[in-house]
Amino acid sequence: MRALRYFFGVCLALALVVAIFVFVARRPAIAPIEPPAANSFAAAQVRRGAELAAIGDCDVCHTAAGSQTFAGGRAVPTPFGTIFSTNITPDRDTGIGRWSEAAFRRALREGVRRDGQYLYPAFPYDHFTLVSDDDDRALYAFLMTQPPVRATAPSNQLPFPLNIRLLLFGWNSLFLREGPDRANAGQGDPLKRGAYLTEGLGHCGACHTPRNFLGAEQTSKKFTGGEAEGWTAYALDGSSPAAVPWTAEALQHYLQHGFDAAHGVARGPMAEVAQDLRTANADDVRAIARYVAAQHGGAGAPAPATGQQVSAQAQRGKATAPNSADSQAEVLTEKPATNGATNEEGARLYTAACAGCHEGPRAAPYGGIDLALSSGITGPSARNLVNVVLYGLRAAEAARSPIMPGFAASLNDRQIVALAAYLRARFANKPAWSDIEKTVREARRAERAASTRPAPSEEAIPPPTQRTSSNETEDEKQ
Amino acid sequence: MKLNVNGQPHDIDADPRTPLLYVLRGDLQLNAAKFGCGLGQCGACTVLVDGEATFSCVTPILALEGKGIVTLEGLGSNDHPAPIQRAFIAEQAAQCGYCIAGMMMRAQALLQKNPHAGDAEIRAALEPNLCRCGTHMRILRAVRRAAQMMQTAQAGEPQ
Repeated sequence: MRALRYFFGVCLALALVVAIFVFVARRPAIAPIEPPAANSFAAAQVRRGAELAAIGDCDVCHTAAGSQTFAGGRAVPTPFGTIFSTNITPDRDTGIGRWSEAAFRRALREGVRRDGQYLYPAFPYDHFTLVSDDDDRALYAFLMTQPPVRATAPSNQLPFPLNIRLLLFGWNSLFLREGPDRANAGQGDPLKRGAYLTEGLGHCGACHTPRNFLGAEQTSKKFTGGEAEGWTAYALDGSSPAAVPWTAEALQHYLQHGFDAAHGVARGPMAEVAQDLRTANADDVRAIARYVAAQHGGAGAPAPATGQQVSAQAQRGKATAPNSADSQAEVLTEKPATNGATNEEGARLYTAACAGCHEGPRAAPYGGIDLALSSGITGPSARNLVNVVLYGLRAAEAARSPIMPGFAASLNDRQIVALAAYLRARFANKPAWSDIEKTVREARRAERAASTRPAPSEEAIPPPTQRTSSNETEDEKQ
Repeated sequence: MKLNVNGQPHDIDADPRTPLLYVLRGDLQLNAAKFGCGLGQCGACTVLVDGEATFSCVTPILALEGKGIVTLEGLGSNDHPAPIQRAFIAEQAAQCGYCIAGMMMRAQALLQKNPHAGDAEIRAALEPNLCRCGTHMRILRAVRRAAQMMQTAQAGEPQ
């Protein structure tokens, strides 16, 4: 009898706790509206919204490969499961056609859908909460004037209890800090403007800041580097692995073209970001570049080393190959391994498969970048290098862009491990990577989607000039 | 060094850095694979390495020891064309023909793994190979025909 009473007592207490949680956590629906007519928005506002949407990379996640822009359905892999992006076209039934501006703003700032359900933080509302009223309005105007597409995203693949959206109330209480900085959007001060865009709509930290076990960004480690969809997102602060420190000018070029001769090529999700930033407002991109360069500790300060210096250092003792119409620019001498590398197989593979382009006389895109400058080799993990060696760099359509064939079919895991270890030892002044075998296995397992992302379609590479001076040419262009 | 090409072991006397394509054409007189761009960008040089379509122009032979290389000559001959070759002939898929050997090898790699490949998969798989004559639609028809032949006759294995 007593046990039974005890049991009922516990049940009642639990039910009470759940009821209180639900009462506190529940969010109201916002009344649906009739989809606003496209001509109810000012053209200038729509245009501004388009530029902002490019800064926010909305289409990157909200577009599935081969389907219509903003119609959603793209699988976003997370450590917790797969989340499918939603349809943000103004379709009445399957999109956001019946969302009022208030509902749209609430979603961006608080991560709550029009119907009151919580959104998952794969949607970076923890950043978008910093976006100003005006910018929210422009984004709304832009999205609501896009062609409506009828498309319903597949259901998320999340295990219990993560599939209970109400639990995100807890996540939000812990990690969502609603924007204090949205007041004037940093107008008038490029550095403040850059901070506003980088921290808010640009959501750079979503990939470039490491996340904790609950999937929230570790604010104490802001910009120290993270991970995104099987790619390493490099550190943006003083711990950046770049062989040549980034300048605001180099960053701006990289952000707009997906390529910088002194650093390398944007791949994976960053290629898509660059694709979008091409259409963003140039002043906004410049502001982001300035702010991010300032995180490196080098806003406008003269760089300690230029690409030429790093290149020259790496190329000491390099044989100059004669310019040849032949495909394989012969590399005349076996290069001595530096930094104590004694990796015979890696050295042989490098000389035979890589050096022809990466040390040959051809200018980009037919010649590869100087590997001493590549963040893929100086970076904290071998993953990006392995991704590129396996799957190559696809050509952009109708434009010069970096290209490289993939070697997934012709090199086995052992060979790729040897090659990666050799490249690290020879070109990076950094300790060896650990467990490259595991990295290669993971990269092989990962979706080949990694390889099929679009390259930036704007011409990323200047017309052929002398290859060693291409870095300076980039800088002068700014 | 030793290379296994079309099931036959070969002793190759060449710099181990030599691209496979040069060894195939220059040393073994297997001339189906073509030199196109030399950059692994056009696919005319495509052969199979352990069943995977591979650009032979950018693959040094030192990476290939112990692996099985198959060229178009390994699939069939004039007298006994393989299903993929019969299909390309039936659809008259060649215009100038320079890309066709590479196209057939890449299609073969796909159909060996998945004889039921649909149109989208065929298009995606053939994307690395370029044709400048514009016979793409015939090539696609030929690959679909080859897929049907392989499904019905289960003749997909290279000889």
